[in-house]
Amino acid sequence: MDTEKNINLSQRQLKTKSQPVSPKLNHIKNIKSWGIFMAACVLFVLYIFPFALILINSFKSRLEIVDSPLALPSGLNFDNYREAYKTMNFTTAILNSFIITVVSVTLIIVFSSMLAYFLVRWRWKINNIILLGLIASMIIPFQALMIPFVSIYGRLGLLNSKWTLSFFYLGFGVSLATFMYHGFIKSIPVELEEAALIDGASRLQVFWKIVFPILKPITTTIAILDVLWIWNDFLLPSLVLVSDEQRTLPLSTFYFFGKYTSDFGLAMAGLVLSIIPVIIFYIIMQKQIIKGVIDGAIK
Amino acid sequence: MSGVSRGWLIPLMLVKYVLGGGKMYAEKRLSQRLKIFCMFGLIPLFAFSAVVIIPFAMGAFMTLTNWSGLSGGFEFTGLRNYTTALSDPTFWNSLLLTLKYVVFTMILTNVLAFGIALLVTGGLKSQNFFRAGFFTPNLIGGVILGFIWQFIFLRVIVYMGVALDLEIFSYSWLGDPKKAFWALVIVGVWQSSGYMMLIYIAGLMGIDKSILEAADLDGASKWQQLLKIKIPLMAPAFTISLFLTLQRSFVVYDTNLSLTRGGPFRSTELAAMHVYNEAFLYQNYGPGQAKAIILFLIVAIIAISQVSVMKKMEVES
Repeated sequence: MDTEKNINLSQRQLKTKSQPVSPKLNHIKNIKSWGIFMAACVLFVLYIFPFALILINSFKSRLEIVDSPLALPSGLNFDNYREAYKTMNFTTAILNSFIITVVSVTLIIVFSSMLAYFLVRWRWKINNIILLGLIASMIIPFQALMIPFVSIYGRLGLLNSKWTLSFFYLGFGVSLATFMYHGFIKSIPVELEEAALIDGASRLQVFWKIVFPILKPITTTIAILDVLWIWNDFLLPSLVLVSDEQRTLPLSTFYFFGKYTSDFGLAMAGLVLSIIPVIIFYIIMQKQIIKGVIDGAIK
Repeated sequence: MSGVSRGWLIPLMLVKYVLGGGKMYAEKRLSQRLKIFCMFGLIPLFAFSAVVIIPFAMGAFMTLTNWSGLSGGFEFTGLRNYTTALSDPTFWNSLLLTLKYVVFTMILTNVLAFGIALLVTGGLKSQNFFRAGFFTPNLIGGVILGFIWQFIFLRVIVYMGVALDLEIFSYSWLGDPKKAFWALVIVGVWQSSGYMMLIYIAGLMGIDKSILEAADLDGASKWQQLLKIKIPLMAPAFTISLFLTLQRSFVVYDTNLSLTRGGPFRSTELAAMHVYNEAFLYQNYGPGQAKAIILFLIVAIIAISQVSVMKKMEVES
């Protein structure tokens, strides 16, 4: 028994130090890791290829694409981009998307964190019911709400405004955000707040000065999830924003592509333009985005 | 000084927390309670009620009436909207198609995502780079993804099919009901497998390395390790990932709209699009909302039973 353990131990030491035992074994290992690398590369190319295709074709004329959609463009011709930028109203669309996303995400963060704090720190009987209601509502698909939604707010004349849309996003986003904040705030000891209370700070001051800064990691996660959701959302803004000048980026891409679907080069340039902002965001925030997405799914 | 003087309070607070049912902050007077509620809870709960609760309740209510959605008056008609909905063969076709779509997308997405997660965590060089690449489709809206693939199916694949003289690629997949369905599945899998991959990677990283090392020394093959150790230990990742793919693919709309628009001849109209068209295209609000409620019930029942069954399996393994 003891000797077995010793052997095991020495083997483990060998393994962890990963000394080359024999050249032959090393060789097999190399082939294997090379195989894994190749498999990953092939899959990777398959995943990325669609993006490469639209990028290549965005520089071509219609005839060039009909001739061969796989060939490289004859030169870097930005005419398609200039044209697409103008007809898509790109500046307006990106500004609309930006305003709606920033306002909605800010509203969600401010109000969900406060609601969660209230649900954790004041243990009224109704608070459990509220939390349960929020969680249960997450299973409702948007399709089950959209028809009454449009008829109620259409009649009240509240559609076609960025600000109502942001309010709608608050309503739709509050359940998940509150749920995530609730789990986090539960782990914060109330003693942290007591000193400030003794010093005479108000409830709101205690929350904003002491609790909210502690919530930073979960706030980042929620912000990332909601930015990706709201920036890319199509169905809700397509029902709410009716006029041209209110359109968000996904909406203007949709109408633009529908109009110029046969002028492939132009359509591809439009798609590339609408993808660029997200890709920039991804490059800058890659670590936080991946972490945020994982945390968001697991909680 | 204050730290010392408050130190003894902590055990007291703990006792209070356990015994007192966790009364953390207790305002005595009703006016004070009201003030706290207005300060912290009023606005978010108002938004939540206005946007989710009221439309949901009204939606459920209006399926029992002949309300047309626009005019004011209505009469109770009992379950007539539901019988109309359920006797519509296009609705059944759409539901069955959606079910088929969910099954294939769920299986393919998770198999692929788990495979990639194993590949990427298997000591690959520059694994972060690969991970980031596989995740990219997820960052982009479904409408744009659908358009990208529309171009690929209409132009690129047909071009390659003709050039290589391959029969099945020589005509656009989007023009044929059966192949258009598979086009939707391909795009769905491509879109969400990167996201599920992240969940599986997190699960794989969470496994204690020493368990695998011990199994290695006991002579367990890689395959045995995968089936007997890795998969049981990361059961929660499977539960989450299957739940998310199930829920998402049941109500998929964006890629359906931009890739096939339900065509050719409404043959690829998935449930979410069917509900949308019924209400906003054909103006059948009552039956449309009844269909939406039926869709909600199906998603809720399947998703909840999937999670509860898998939670049980997690406990057993």
